[in-house]
Amino acid sequence: MTPRTLITDAQNTWCPGCGNFTIQHTLKNILADREKEGKSLDDVVLVSGIGCHAKIADYLNINSVYTLHGRTIPVATGIKLANPNLTVICCCGDGDCYAEGLDHLVFAAKRNIDLTLIVHNNRVYGLTTGQYTPTSPLGFRGKSTPLGTAEYPFNPIELMLASGATYIARGYTRKMDPLKKLIAGGIAHHGFSFIDVLQICATFFPAADYYGPRVYDLAGHDTGDFEASCHVAREWDYNTDARIALGLLYRRQAPTFEEKMQPRPVAANERQEAITALLKSRT
Amino acid sequence: MNEVSVLIGGKAGDGINSAGAMVAQLLNHMGYRIYLYFDYPSLIRGGHNFAIIRGAEQEIGTCRDRVDFVLALNQETLDRHRSRWNAETAVLFNADLVKGQGHGIPIREILTAENAPEIMGNSAIIGGFAKAAGIDWEMVTAVFTSHIPKGVEMNLKVARRAYDLLEPVHPVSRCDSLPVPLLTGNEAIGLGMIRGGLEAYVSYPMTPSSSLLHFLAEQKDRFGIQVVHPENEIAVVLMGLGFACAGKRAAVGTSGGGFCLMTEGVSFAGMAELPLVFLVSQRTGPSTGLPTYTGQSDLRLVLHAGQGEFPRLIVAPGNVQEAVYWSEVAMNLAWKFQVPAFILADKTFSEGTYSTGPDAFADVPSEELPRWDNGAPYRRYADSPSGISPLAFPGMKDAVVKVNSYFHDEAGITSEEGPVVSAMTEKRLRKWQGLRAEMDRYSPVNVSGTAGAPATILCWGSTKGVCTEVAGALGLRVVQPVVLAPSPQDQIRKALDGPGRIICVEENVTGQLAELAQQHGIAVDTKILKYDGRPFTREELEGKIREVLA
Repeated sequence: MTPRTLITDAQNTWCPGCGNFTIQHTLKNILADREKEGKSLDDVVLVSGIGCHAKIADYLNINSVYTLHGRTIPVATGIKLANPNLTVICCCGDGDCYAEGLDHLVFAAKRNIDLTLIVHNNRVYGLTTGQYTPTSPLGFRGKSTPLGTAEYPFNPIELMLASGATYIARGYTRKMDPLKKLIAGGIAHHGFSFIDVLQICATFFPAADYYGPRVYDLAGHDTGDFEASCHVAREWDYNTDARIALGLLYRRQAPTFEEKMQPRPVAANERQEAITALLKSRT
Repeated sequence: MNEVSVLIGGKAGDGINSAGAMVAQLLNHMGYRIYLYFDYPSLIRGGHNFAIIRGAEQEIGTCRDRVDFVLALNQETLDRHRSRWNAETAVLFNADLVKGQGHGIPIREILTAENAPEIMGNSAIIGGFAKAAGIDWEMVTAVFTSHIPKGVEMNLKVARRAYDLLEPVHPVSRCDSLPVPLLTGNEAIGLGMIRGGLEAYVSYPMTPSSSLLHFLAEQKDRFGIQVVHPENEIAVVLMGLGFACAGKRAAVGTSGGGFCLMTEGVSFAGMAELPLVFLVSQRTGPSTGLPTYTGQSDLRLVLHAGQGEFPRLIVAPGNVQEAVYWSEVAMNLAWKFQVPAFILADKTFSEGTYSTGPDAFADVPSEELPRWDNGAPYRRYADSPSGISPLAFPGMKDAVVKVNSYFHDEAGITSEEGPVVSAMTEKRLRKWQGLRAEMDRYSPVNVSGTAGAPATILCWGSTKGVCTEVAGALGLRVVQPVVLAPSPQDQIRKALDGPGRIICVEENVTGQLAELAQQHGIAVDTKILKYDGRPFTREELEGKIREVLA
């Protein structure tokens, strides 16, 4: 089998130095590995929202649905319910899935639907040219908040722990190898996998100097211990100065939504009989 | 002509809807064609609920003002509906709670005697009604046995005690017809969707669409479908579109307020060429409005919902036959043309119960789905003279399926180039034209009544029943477009051709069908509009039309 060309001819329009390149190459490498293992890429679907991150749908040469702002998760949920054999990967932004589509995120975790969600969390709106997002630090000066925001960010890791996600990780675009392990682990995990990726926005939030000295790789952490995971999650609140843990924070196995929701197989002729039976019961 | 009307009323929580359904089944088994109207306020306990069950020899879809029987489970039923009954009416009531002239049934005493739970009190009233209407006990037994899920014996004992207390008051004549299935409008829509290959129904509860969610959730294993109730209507529409992306036929359901949340998804379906069927069941708006009452004020909303220009199909069934038929057609055409399709109903139709004869399940024209022939590379938006692109879905070998909400090229890759934008816009326009031409294979406009009549009633949706009946009494014609988009303007114009005046009947305040007709150069002479949340009754509409014709 000739390996598939994984990058399309679409012109790439991300800024030089953008963290999206890292995520794209990471996914490309994961897909190439998958092909090398003899698994088809025909069964993979990438679902993106709207924002800089979402251009990845144009750039990766796999099945994709380039949806609406904030709406990756419901579309992906429909796809997975319709065909549980598909591997469904969601790429979404922080404005996208922490603001516009927050309700869907909480419910995806609550349902434990088998999706892998990669949040390109650059903590700023890029495509709309620089406004604060739910994870921007207090006082962030953006175009809609020139004097600084008046609200604290929320901590998406804590939110996911509270919502019932069964695979919760944090990566960083300047640490590509660990990021690859986290995303590949998320895809392999049977259930809802959430990976918050701290991503550099070269133009509107170039935070590499901030993250560099603060990030560290989690070691010796018991990913099955919910309380310990909460403790790690609260180390950094996306606002105050603190160490920032990278790696897998929490994992557990649980039945998935799509397994529980599969329909009883009914043949077409049986359907007509079912209608007849129903009508009889109403006579 | 044999005809009978029964009003049953009580407070919310008294089980008026199920008691009404039993009365309807008794009349069904007496050979009557049924229409049941259920009226209830938006609350769970208390308040006043009532049902009017009307039986006639011919198919009907509306109530009369007067009733022949009143079954009062509380005092309010007698007081509130004083105008509907007189000395001739057989009045039966719960003697424990109601003071009135007529036939008191000592429900508490009967329940105590049988050691029956309070919930079986309605069976006493129904038993009393059966005797007052001169219905054989054998028939009561048969109907109870078929339609009471549990505790039939005990319910029959309770009913028998009331049956034995009364004498026939207004014996109801038997009609020649055999009993037929009784379905609500929403159930008929659901069965049409199932015939159209429904694989998943996604909905967030909102009256008056919820009963379709409940029906399909209860019957999902029977039909082999998935039923999903997500976090909100935005998730509903996008999950539905997710099913479509994966090649599964889905439908969603809501009412006006929920539909407002869905509109971004409607537009997405238009741009990304995703098939999805919507039930939009109207209630009295704007805003929260009257949640449990009717209206026809969302035609304009559904015609225009979603930014940008894209083809859509809108059908508004006027009876159960049309609901089954056009819901199946909506599924088929949504997929053939890869467009959103809407079934526009209202509370009156969705929650009304109708006799459903065997002719309700007519065959629809078969429609071929445009499928990819595996000739690589797959292009999701490949252009064609019809504007329709072959379908392939993720998981199919060697198909890279790229669905996109942005303007895109034929492969589905985002493009902002002017010529690509124009070409894709024209592609969608050709589908629009194709959908309009497709209507030649169907009958998008129904015409009935007397040819050469002095006036024609123009109506849509649930008012078909009352308009047809009034037209029959006054010798008028009825023109009822079932398809509202693409507008069947030529067929409407042809149907309305002639010297008679055109009276448009609608349950809204601005005359939305009249406006649509006007846009296509069809002038309505008179509008008869009602907007109090209650459907027209036979007498009410007849009176208004007589005034117009005088």
